[in-house]
Amino acid sequence: MAATVTHSPAEVHVHDEHGHDEHAHGNFWTTYIFSEDHKVIAKQFLITGMIWALIGGILSVLFRLQLGFPEANLSWLKPLLGGWLTAEGKIDPEFYLALVTMHGTIMVFFVLTAGLSGTFSNFLIPLQVGARDMASGFMNMLSYWFFFLSSVVMLTSLFISTGPAAGGWTIYPPLSALPQAISGSGLGMTLWLVSMALFIVSSLLGSINYITTVINLRTKGMTFTKLPLTIWAFFFTAIIGILAFPVLFGAALLLIFDRSFGTSFYLSDIYIGGEALPNQGGSPILFQHLFWFLGHPEVYIVLLPALGLSSEIIATNSRKPIFGYKAMVGSMMFIAILSFVVWAHHMFVTGMNPFLGSIFTLLTLIIAVPSAVKIFNYVTTLWKGNLIFTPAMLFSIGLVSFFLTGGITGLFLGNSAVDIQLHDTYFVVAHFHLVMGSASFFGMMAGVYHWFPKMFGRMMDNRLGYIHFWLTFIGVYLVFFPMHYIGIAGFPRRYYTWTTFETFSGFADLNMLVSIAAIITLSAQFIFIFNFVYAIFRGKKAPANPWNSNTLEWTTPRLPGHGNWPGEIPTVYRWPYDYSKPGAKDDFIPQNVPYSETPESNFPFENEQIKLELGNNGAIVVENKKH
Amino acid sequence: MTSIAIGVGVVLILAILFMIFRISSLVGLVKGKESTDPYNKVNAFLFMVFSISSIVGFLWYSYAHFSEYTLPVASEHGKITDNLFWITMGVTIISFAIISIAMFWFTYKYQYNPNRKAEFIADNHTLEIIWTVVPAIVLSLLVFKGLRVWSDITGPAKEDAEVIELVGQQWLWSARYPGVKDKQLGQFNYRLIDASNEFGLDLTDKNSFDDFKSLELHVPKGKEVLLKIRAKDVLHSVFLPHFRVKMDAVPGMTTFFKFTATKTTQEMRDELSNPKFNYEMACTEICGKGHFSMKFPMVVDEPEDYEKWKASQEAWLKLNPEYLKKVPEALKEAAMIKAGLPLDVKIGSTVQTVSVNN
Repeated sequence: MAATVTHSPAEVHVHDEHGHDEHAHGNFWTTYIFSEDHKVIAKQFLITGMIWALIGGILSVLFRLQLGFPEANLSWLKPLLGGWLTAEGKIDPEFYLALVTMHGTIMVFFVLTAGLSGTFSNFLIPLQVGARDMASGFMNMLSYWFFFLSSVVMLTSLFISTGPAAGGWTIYPPLSALPQAISGSGLGMTLWLVSMALFIVSSLLGSINYITTVINLRTKGMTFTKLPLTIWAFFFTAIIGILAFPVLFGAALLLIFDRSFGTSFYLSDIYIGGEALPNQGGSPILFQHLFWFLGHPEVYIVLLPALGLSSEIIATNSRKPIFGYKAMVGSMMFIAILSFVVWAHHMFVTGMNPFLGSIFTLLTLIIAVPSAVKIFNYVTTLWKGNLIFTPAMLFSIGLVSFFLTGGITGLFLGNSAVDIQLHDTYFVVAHFHLVMGSASFFGMMAGVYHWFPKMFGRMMDNRLGYIHFWLTFIGVYLVFFPMHYIGIAGFPRRYYTWTTFETFSGFADLNMLVSIAAIITLSAQFIFIFNFVYAIFRGKKAPANPWNSNTLEWTTPRLPGHGNWPGEIPTVYRWPYDYSKPGAKDDFIPQNVPYSETPESNFPFENEQIKLELGNNGAIVVENKKH
Repeated sequence: MTSIAIGVGVVLILAILFMIFRISSLVGLVKGKESTDPYNKVNAFLFMVFSISSIVGFLWYSYAHFSEYTLPVASEHGKITDNLFWITMGVTIISFAIISIAMFWFTYKYQYNPNRKAEFIADNHTLEIIWTVVPAIVLSLLVFKGLRVWSDITGPAKEDAEVIELVGQQWLWSARYPGVKDKQLGQFNYRLIDASNEFGLDLTDKNSFDDFKSLELHVPKGKEVLLKIRAKDVLHSVFLPHFRVKMDAVPGMTTFFKFTATKTTQEMRDELSNPKFNYEMACTEICGKGHFSMKFPMVVDEPEDYEKWKASQEAWLKLNPEYLKKVPEALKEAAMIKAGLPLDVKIGSTVQTVSVNN
């Protein structure tokens, strides 16, 4: 690490002419492919995640076509779907389930876990804590390549003749264990399990790195209380991931045993395909417990990074400190802990002991309190701010709106008695798509718009960003808000069509509206993709700190090279939210500006910090830490 | 040919859009430093438009289409859970409205103004305590009300509750009634399942002799019903939307749900003035390609009609007399009496038929 490449500004300029930042060491392979640089790995995660998001989005539009236009002839999709279309040009009912399953798996794990956490934890942790790179660059590289491998396996499963996994993204056995129950539970399910096993390895390698880096590689002066909320969010996310993912690994392993080696962990008393299976003594409920022990924390693995990113973006663009920094950290910590003790609220009507249902109702509704605190803090941050609506800011406000709209319906679903009717209806679909899907997706978009200048040294086009935001924001609401009505009316989810039932014969109009909105929303993402790709090569050159932000990444050169800072890593003196401080010249004071340089804006207790800054012959005294 | 034309058209439109984008960004460059000001106003304004129109749209749709998205309720506990649902709805809509309006109002009111400086407000303990404690109190009220209801619903059924077994399999339901003679469901074993014995009835258990199968779920009005639910192959879930009943069917484990119907099918037809109305049971746990088609008709009868209907049903054993051979010799006579098989002359011949069939 000592032999860091240092670019003089002139050199950087020369490199920019080529549109690349060529590093001194390494060839194409070590720089762009098997790179150990956290910034390159972050971009790899981002681009892979974007490709997955596109695939997941297209799958959702496919099944929305079936739901919105059940009479339509889709034979024009023959080149894409081939044998998965029936003779009448309809999507095959079994493939419909595969679409739903793969959409869920891809979006939850590949886009919103790897694409979001993988991108921004990698990119921002070293830059914001003031480190040259991750604690282990090699492990970081492995983390990406395990993810890549996992992606390849999952992608392959989309193209096999028996179809990909089709038992829902929650892969509840026995459906997922028995190929005779659904053809997707053959090779498709095997590939799903292999892919997820690789994914978990990737996630663990990443998480260990994130935690180690945050704890050990903070720069001088960067105490935990001076960490930006993004880092706190990534830190908690990584801890949750380390504790939760191994349980999914265990659950998947036992399922593999049941599928391939004749064990009976989840199987019992099954008569299928004209024969009684020998398995006895297992319990499908056990799998659900294990799955949701990961599955629920997973919601926060997806959501917390988005909340962290938006906290930072909202503070910056409100030109105002984030309201209640400590409450924000505290509520994230509380959410992280509680996320492990609410899992069975997914299982109120699975036949689980009703007493457990009571306990989990209680715990679940407790978790609403820190979530509410976070929303209040966001809204209060906007209050009396001076709001600049960059695309990133728009997406962050959109996130808060979704988090509120989707979160509040959790009060219905978390209450076991009310959940009886709503469980597995479209009400649930509306709830989690807003609170975790859309909110996290908006967090990711906000993050891309906000940190693009630091990733690629160029600016994305704002106006295209505005159009992208408004189409997506309104589109998402039009897709998911009507689902509340459909859900209250009792429409079950994962239904190929509802026409079998008189009770569910209505709402053809609303379903059509949802499908049209979904198509428009997906189309709007191409504006983003165009903007993104165009800006990488032809975008306006970015200044080093385009948003006048306080955190350390903006003290790096326009395109930080390997090692991030030419010369010494800056020292941190203050928290990251000194925006619009009374008395200050500018409306922001970066973290690396000592209090001794800002006497005009210091609070009394901050003036006392000056002594510490200047004590010990000008060397920096850092609490409990010797260098 | 048309598809090529459409393709060319799309390409042309994209090319034009790209040109517009290029020209406008070049114009922006020529004009010099691009100012975000006009767009900032537009965005703030759009937030206002969005919030007002979405609130109006939400209220209008919720009011105008109320009867479309609310299912009439036909069970005792359903009234209570619906009540709790609407209380929760009240709480959420109030808090949702307050927070949303505040947020979108702030986005409009505090949009960027170069002559103004944001206020440095880092925290406020009173405020933070208030908005931690108030939601906590409201939530605990909801929780405690919910938990009381939940424990009533999931508590043990009455001794004299009407027991009905529902069995899910890919992709149909069947119901088994205990029979009018012993009012007890007979034992079953999944290893005994075959093409005819779809319940896996254990015919060594005398309670199984008069059990009967039904392809409709009949339920008496005003009497507690205890559903015993199981599945043969994969998970299914019993969903009776009008009764607010939902419980998974799990292979290898019996699950229970008790409820009391309050409106007969006829009463519901009158209430909705829809003479074709029928109660339906659906599956709500993904179970394979026929998941969406697992409909099971349901009828709520007046108690006396229900008893009449039950009495008119033939025991499973009567319909499948060849299974008499599985009945232990000592119980054979009892079995025939309970199943309603003619006893006096035909014992021998029935047995013979069986042996011929073998």
